[in-house]
Amino acid sequence: MNEKYSRQELFAPIGKSGQEQIRRLKVLIMGAGALGSASAEMLVRAGVRKLTIVDRDMIEWSNLHRQQLYTEQDVIDRLPKAISAQNRLVAINSDVAVTGIVMDVSATNVEELIKGHDLVVDGTDNMEIRLLMNDATRKAGIPFFMGACVGSYGVTFPIGVKQNQPCLHCLIETLPSHMMTCDTAGVISPVVVTTAARQVAAVLKYKTGEVTPKLQSVDLWTEEHASIDVSSFKKVDCPSCSSMATYPFLQLGAATRTAVLCGRDTVQLTFPPTRQFELAEVAVAIEGKVTELKHNDYVTVCLFQDHRIVFFRDGRLLVHGTKDVTVARKLTAALLG
Amino acid sequence: MTLKIVEVNGVTREVPEDVQSVDHLLKHLGIAERILIVELNRTILEKNAYDQPIHNRDQIEIIHFVGGG
Ligand SMILES: [Zn+2]
Repeated sequence: MNEKYSRQELFAPIGKSGQEQIRRLKVLIMGAGALGSASAEMLVRAGVRKLTIVDRDMIEWSNLHRQQLYTEQDVIDRLPKAISAQNRLVAINSDVAVTGIVMDVSATNVEELIKGHDLVVDGTDNMEIRLLMNDATRKAGIPFFMGACVGSYGVTFPIGVKQNQPCLHCLIETLPSHMMTCDTAGVISPVVVTTAARQVAAVLKYKTGEVTPKLQSVDLWTEEHASIDVSSFKKVDCPSCSSMATYPFLQLGAATRTAVLCGRDTVQLTFPPTRQFELAEVAVAIEGKVTELKHNDYVTVCLFQDHRIVFFRDGRLLVHGTKDVTVARKLTAALLG
Repeated sequence: MTLKIVEVNGVTREVPEDVQSVDHLLKHLGIAERILIVELNRTILEKNAYDQPIHNRDQIEIIHFVGGG
């Protein structure tokens, strides 16, 4: 027995017994971007038993100022975030069973994904997927520690930590269309770390004490902060958390499988589940048409008509340099023939 | 122009006297279109109660949802 967790055990509200609770915890982190990186690192250092981290994206230069698990070499090596995150987290604490999964989470796969986890930590980047996670965790009966940030502003809300508390859907009755897309504004790393810190503190408290389900916000630039008890917003007929729940966001199926990625000039195309990419075969097939062709165990990357195109094994591809789905489809058709 | 002094999210602000309701204040702050939760003097407001008047020295907490992360 080494001293790895001694300072955490000396913290009286956790103590030795709290640490034993933490050591049994199985955590799913949704998204390995800024918030996901920060909370994954804290939870792995805290010594949870199992941590799964899921992400659909590649590491970009523009990520490095705030996504603390990644390095310049990861960008050069064209690594998916989930893979690089797993490598780094295993190096940080070998006690923890860390799994990185390269996957686009949707209504069709989310329920299977969350099985075997005690709770989910939010590292996603848009409200649509948060409402999906809200539904999936309400149905599974496990907590969801929501967190979101943009600019110098962050907001957190632990869901499912107390009987009869409102869920995210109770608070957001209808989602305006402009919230279906994502914020393209900038963000500074201090608010990422602050937001993730609140999420992880709530996780540790959930395991060893009691979390108050308050909606909280902070702005590190204007120094504004707010904390609101939202319990009166619990809806007795909420479609996501009441006894008559229908989990509407789990019913959306695979209809919308094309997405313009958050705040980026990138379109994601997803092929039906029957079609997976054999990356080496893809590389051979497109070799004559493209430049800067590269493939590793996780992706095949190339440059085609000035667009960088990335193939993932799970049947997805990213077309960079456009926000237009039609353009992305045409390029893909021309490339794959 | 006379100003009204209100405390928004723990920070004291001066707003024009003609900002008379919570609705007005949200527009004045440029966040009326957001998904919001609002508390006025420690009481949470239902969405249909944003026409409530605001007075000098009122304490207002506003949390809006954002997408990023
Ligand atoms: Zn609800």
